[in-house]
Amino acid sequence: MTYTELGLLAVAGTVVLDVWVLRTRLLRRRLFWVSYAIVVFFQLVTNGLLTGFRIVRYDAAAVIGDTQPVFLGTGRVAYAPVEDLLFGFALVTQALAWWVFWGRRGVQRTPVAGPPRRWLSGGALGGPSRTGGPTPGATGDDQTA
Amino acid sequence: MAHLSYLGVLLFVVVGSGWLEVVLRTRVYRRWKRLLLSLAPVVVLFVAWDLYAIARGHWTFDADRTTGVLFPGDVPLEELAFFVVVPVAAILTFEAVRSVKGWAAGDEVGRGASR
Repeated sequence: MTYTELGLLAVAGTVVLDVWVLRTRLLRRRLFWVSYAIVVFFQLVTNGLLTGFRIVRYDAAAVIGDTQPVFLGTGRVAYAPVEDLLFGFALVTQALAWWVFWGRRGVQRTPVAGPPRRWLSGGALGGPSRTGGPTPGATGDDQTA
Repeated sequence: MAHLSYLGVLLFVVVGSGWLEVVLRTRVYRRWKRLLLSLAPVVVLFVAWDLYAIARGHWTFDADRTTGVLFPGDVPLEELAFFVVVPVAAILTFEAVRSVKGWAAGDEVGRGASR
């Protein structure tokens, strides 16, 4: 199979994993998509470095686009082949799905994330809005898992 | 120094995401057992993909910009590190957004139906 075909297969497999296998359903959550938006920006930067400086090079027969790393070209985004976006989505989403899966199973569900350090939460970031949630950093559930 | 290029990019990812653990208190590294359990299936699957892609010549690595340390299947050291560093950065980002916004992920204690 080509990189293009494998990339499409990986995205489909990732959806199946999230929705039906692990039942984490991250793809329906705002938390996931906002996080992914941040991740994909940095993917474009780091992947741009890896491909733009030709640290990693791609076989023309395996990708749909240009073989030369151009910033924006046929099948190229920020120097990298568009297939890398499929690859990255699968890698990142699967890792997050497993992370949430183990949390749901009670494996180190706590200590939970946050709150940001005081000198930040009082500033431009704004405080987290928690209503009826657990005390941030609380322990107590399933520490043995 | 050029042979450290790929490692340098990875270092950028580690540093660029690592501060979240301290400043936003993501508690991802601290929950290292859950982290390792989450990484294991992903590393296995994507290293398998990497092995296939390297064998088929889908991608190649510049010998002048990598350390040259190769694992069986001609997988560079940097590639193995990539499949650990990038998922960890993604989980740190995810927990950082949760820390700031307080949005639910579905793994909360006594979780309800909140989205």
